[in-house]
Amino acid sequence: MTESAIEPCSGTLDHCPLVIRHLCKEYRAGQPVLKDISLSVAAHGTTAIVGPSGTGKSTLIRCINRLVDPTAGEILFRGEDLARLKGRALRAARRRIGMVFQEYNLVERLSVMENVLCGRLGYVRAWRAWLRRFPAADIERAFHLLDAVGLAHLARERADQLSGGQRQRVGIARALMQEPELLLADEPTSSLDPKTSVEIMELIRRRAGERNIPVIVNIHNVELARRFADRVIGMCNGEIVFDGAPRALDHAILSRIYGGEGWLE
Amino acid sequence: MSSAPTLSRAQRAAFPPNWPARLALAALALYVVYACSVLDITWARFVEGFGHGSRLLSRVWPPNFAPDKLALLRAGMLESLQIAILATVIGVLVSLPLGLAAARNLVPVPLALASRGVIALFRTFHPVIVAILFVKAVGFGALAGMLALVVASLGFLSKLVAEAVEEMSMKPVEAVRATGASFLSVVIMSVLPQVMARFIGFSAYQLDANLRNSALVGLVGGGGIGATLFTAFQRFDYDFVLTIVLAVIALVMLGELISGWMRRLFQ
Repeated sequence: MTESAIEPCSGTLDHCPLVIRHLCKEYRAGQPVLKDISLSVAAHGTTAIVGPSGTGKSTLIRCINRLVDPTAGEILFRGEDLARLKGRALRAARRRIGMVFQEYNLVERLSVMENVLCGRLGYVRAWRAWLRRFPAADIERAFHLLDAVGLAHLARERADQLSGGQRQRVGIARALMQEPELLLADEPTSSLDPKTSVEIMELIRRRAGERNIPVIVNIHNVELARRFADRVIGMCNGEIVFDGAPRALDHAILSRIYGGEGWLE
Repeated sequence: MSSAPTLSRAQRAAFPPNWPARLALAALALYVVYACSVLDITWARFVEGFGHGSRLLSRVWPPNFAPDKLALLRAGMLESLQIAILATVIGVLVSLPLGLAAARNLVPVPLALASRGVIALFRTFHPVIVAILFVKAVGFGALAGMLALVVASLGFLSKLVAEAVEEMSMKPVEAVRATGASFLSVVIMSVLPQVMARFIGFSAYQLDANLRNSALVGLVGGGGIGATLFTAFQRFDYDFVLTIVLAVIALVMLGELISGWMRRLFQ
């Protein structure tokens, strides 16, 4: 891995497609979940966000595609402030940002193919989706992506028939179907066994690498973060307490992020 | 060694007596006795009623299957069937958007509250009372009956759609929203798949209910077999009344069969 990918993005906007400035979020007034977060993400590589549960990692990632509305601050994505977007402009921005979820968030009663095609809903009109008249090119791409995640033979299966690992692969295919310029992943492996977790992280990293798009992933598992991330951001109580290379994660820093010492022995 | 705190005998009772419930039950029993005395509900009157009933039954039997009566029956039944099916179809088509607009997890709260208000209004009165209003408004006949059943269907189906939508998982909805999908696409691809099976079940049940109620609205001027039944009563054609009652029972049973079959089909 190159040294430039490790460095926090400090260059101009051209180098950093995503720049977050002074981001704050309060679900209840006076109880900030995110406290003045500022960070830049380089044009490629995987950024892992680690930290204890309830520390705002999910909120941070959801602010980026506005599943959560930030209270204050800017989220500049290729120069456009996502925090201010509404309606059509917001939807147009969302379709450039793919997202993979902890619990896969598939529509269980739809087929695998329909779930993957959901990734095109930002482009396809509602009546076409209703009649399942997706453009032939989209369907071809969906098959191609399902092939890439090893599930083409299950395309017509209902999503609730799949195992956890298979569902997450569908989730990844759906996100890639958007042809995103940024991939967000919110605890993509937390519901999976250790072996599948590694496979899913490898898949995310490889597919994003092929497309040369940056990945931001929330992750509980420090080992996985060390193994797959180019850069690690440690969060604690809504603040960034560490930002650096995975190999810099030592006991002192981990206890700064998670608090306490005993669990590290 | 310190002694453990001991519980008093009352605290040790595994099933403490529920005095409020006992008092409520006693009050209810007293009220039932009081209401019976006020309304003059006595055994003697009940026995006397049996006598009237048996006399009516003797005039009812055998059912009248004369060709002219059967033609009346056929016309009435067909009209009832049409009322029930039309009311269900219109109810289903309108209740889906109305129900979605009443789901607080999908639309802004003011819109949801307004929709809920409309639904509550539809549910306020029994279909018979609504039918009386429509008979006054649009005149005697099938139109009034159908409109009354449309209102009943809307009240029932919209409320259940709203509840089903509020109970569904928001996770797929969030995921589809994150793709940049429009509101309509979100509804089509993540909301409807989650509630459709239940909605079809509700609709089948509503068809069943409308078949039953289509006979009822006729009694107050809403057309259909109810009108035929009402006329037969007025003319003391009790044997024809029995024919109609048998036909209505058959219709209701048929409706139950169809709705059960529909529910299984879309499970």
